Amino acid sequence: MASIKLDALEKTYPGGVQAVKGIDLEVADGEFVVLVGPSGCGKSTLLRMVAGLETISSGELHIGERRVNDLEPARRDIAMVFQNYALYPHMTVFDNLAYGLKNRGFGRDEIRRRVEEAARMLEIEPFLPRKPRQLSGGQRQRVAMGRALVREPAAFLFDEPLSNLDAKLRVQMRVEIKRLQRRLKTTSLYVTHDQLEAMTLGDRLVVLNGGRIEQVGTPMEVYARPASLFVATFIGSPAMNLLPLEALLSGPGTAVHGALLHDLPSGTGIVGVRPDALRLEPPRAPHLTLAATLELFEAAGAESHLHVRLAGSDQTLVIRTAGQPPVAEGQRLHVHITRDALHPFHRESGRRLDEPPGAREQAA
Amino acid sequence: MVEHRPWSQLAAHLILIAGVALVLFPVYIAIVASTQAPGEFLRGTLPLVPGGHALENYRAMWESGLSRAGAPPVGKMLVNSLVMALAITLGKLVISLLSAFAIVYFRFPFRLFFFWLIFVTLMLPVEVRIIPTFQVVADLGMLNSFAGLSIPLIASATATFLFRQFFMTVPEELLEAARVDGAGPFRFFRDILLPLSITNIAALFVILFIYGWNQYLWPLLITTDSDYYTVVMGIQRMTTAADGDPQWHLVMAAVVMAALPPVLVILFMQRLFVKGLTETEK
Repeated sequence: MASIKLDALEKTYPGGVQAVKGIDLEVADGEFVVLVGPSGCGKSTLLRMVAGLETISSGELHIGERRVNDLEPARRDIAMVFQNYALYPHMTVFDNLAYGLKNRGFGRDEIRRRVEEAARMLEIEPFLPRKPRQLSGGQRQRVAMGRALVREPAAFLFDEPLSNLDAKLRVQMRVEIKRLQRRLKTTSLYVTHDQLEAMTLGDRLVVLNGGRIEQVGTPMEVYARPASLFVATFIGSPAMNLLPLEALLSGPGTAVHGALLHDLPSGTGIVGVRPDALRLEPPRAPHLTLAATLELFEAAGAESHLHVRLAGSDQTLVIRTAGQPPVAEGQRLHVHITRDALHPFHRESGRRLDEPPGAREQAA
Repeated sequence: MVEHRPWSQLAAHLILIAGVALVLFPVYIAIVASTQAPGEFLRGTLPLVPGGHALENYRAMWESGLSRAGAPPVGKMLVNSLVMALAITLGKLVISLLSAFAIVYFRFPFRLFFFWLIFVTLMLPVEVRIIPTFQVVADLGMLNSFAGLSIPLIASATATFLFRQFFMTVPEELLEAARVDGAGPFRFFRDILLPLSITNIAALFVILFIYGWNQYLWPLLITTDSDYYTVVMGIQRMTTAADGDPQWHLVMAAVVMAALPPVLVILFMQRLFVKGLTETEK
């Protein structure tokens, strides 16, 4: 096991396209870090650079104490799980797991011991003599994990390993991956575009956009204090509501109850509010009240999503409430926001404006 | 879909049977002719039922051949043909597998140029380059040798091209997984690519074997020593008897024997062959 250290890592393709623009990141020994971002943000490229499948244009990459910039993937002591599993179709499951060990010159008994141990851990023992095409998607996924496991590498790299599975299986495998990682305590780097997967799996999230890091933090830090408009809309579902400050202040039905907005940082242009921070009942604390019309009501079982339009503007908001509030589409209602639910952002740069409480510095 | 009406079905079957009969009749004639007594063929009427001389005709051809026409025993020529066809087939397979592997998986200067160079040679069949090739083979002293028979025919653009197309359909992740698993290029080729290509190899084996077996012009040109005659060209020798009439009954026995090995190869490889042409294993 080892830490992974990325130092000003860059990737420029021969055509001049820069996919990764200077990434600094340190993954601690045993940590589970998730790289998350929309497609084309460079997350997969970054992972493949760590794996050694893409060359590094500039910057330094260390796995453990070793600088591995120029090492072949096989010599970096990593194992990778691919999106489409990449199992060898002509080999049995046993041979699939054993192939990496054979190439490294392990003895037959040692190979058998390790493969059987991994198979037991993943509950794929009955499939060992089968070929991959005789397995279901979930089983193939387990085999792909097993192939990484038997190597007992310094780090696991996951490249969207769950995106080929159906929704139910995805949740199940997600839990299993997490459980497995907890147990083995192997340093892991995991790429996904699914923010829910990222939130639930990672010890820390790295939100990427356009080849740059937008924010690094624990899932709750990122959720509670998104560092930019991009992160604010990307993490959380339904997405955070964003509205220009004027819309908040000057709507025809707006009322301010108590001292509220005087401490918003100067320069605030856009304010974000999480759907679950919008209230239908007025709270005790100082708050802001907006008049709105319910346009669309979505019941999702344990919770409901209310799509409302602010009075006198085109601005729409999404409200998430528990259960089913007694409202009907077309109804006028009041929406209440407390001060601590407001996330202030700069209009042009999109950066968050208030200092975090205690001004915690993110580890770069 | 075609409707199933009894009359149209009957008509379809009649047409198909007629077609098959048209193709098979000459083969049947050859088999019948090979069982006749020496003079039977020259009496003007073609016998349609097998005669009683099959064994002696075949034995004569297998063991001694037509020495008067300068044709060695068919057994000997069959062995020559087999050696040549196998050398051509295996040589073509090995060379085209390796060159397709190089073109698909390695980046080297002028890669595309070399690919097109190989591709362009598709337009140059043996007959076009036969005189310069003969000159080269003669200068290298390879006339009347198995090397001379097979080596000039080994370079194959078709097979290279087919393997290239197949390799390009192999998911890139397999290569990457193998790299992470510690397999170098050669190991990847041997452990992953080759087993995946096995049905393609089988299909090409059949096609190339028949191509090699049926070579006529090239063996005719470069062999003057009857020890190296192949059966397909040897048959031609038999028909041009210097004096007297061709011994058709014996020639036909040789023809039937010459046609047999390709049929056997197809029969044995049929399952793999069909699989290779139709199925792509994921």
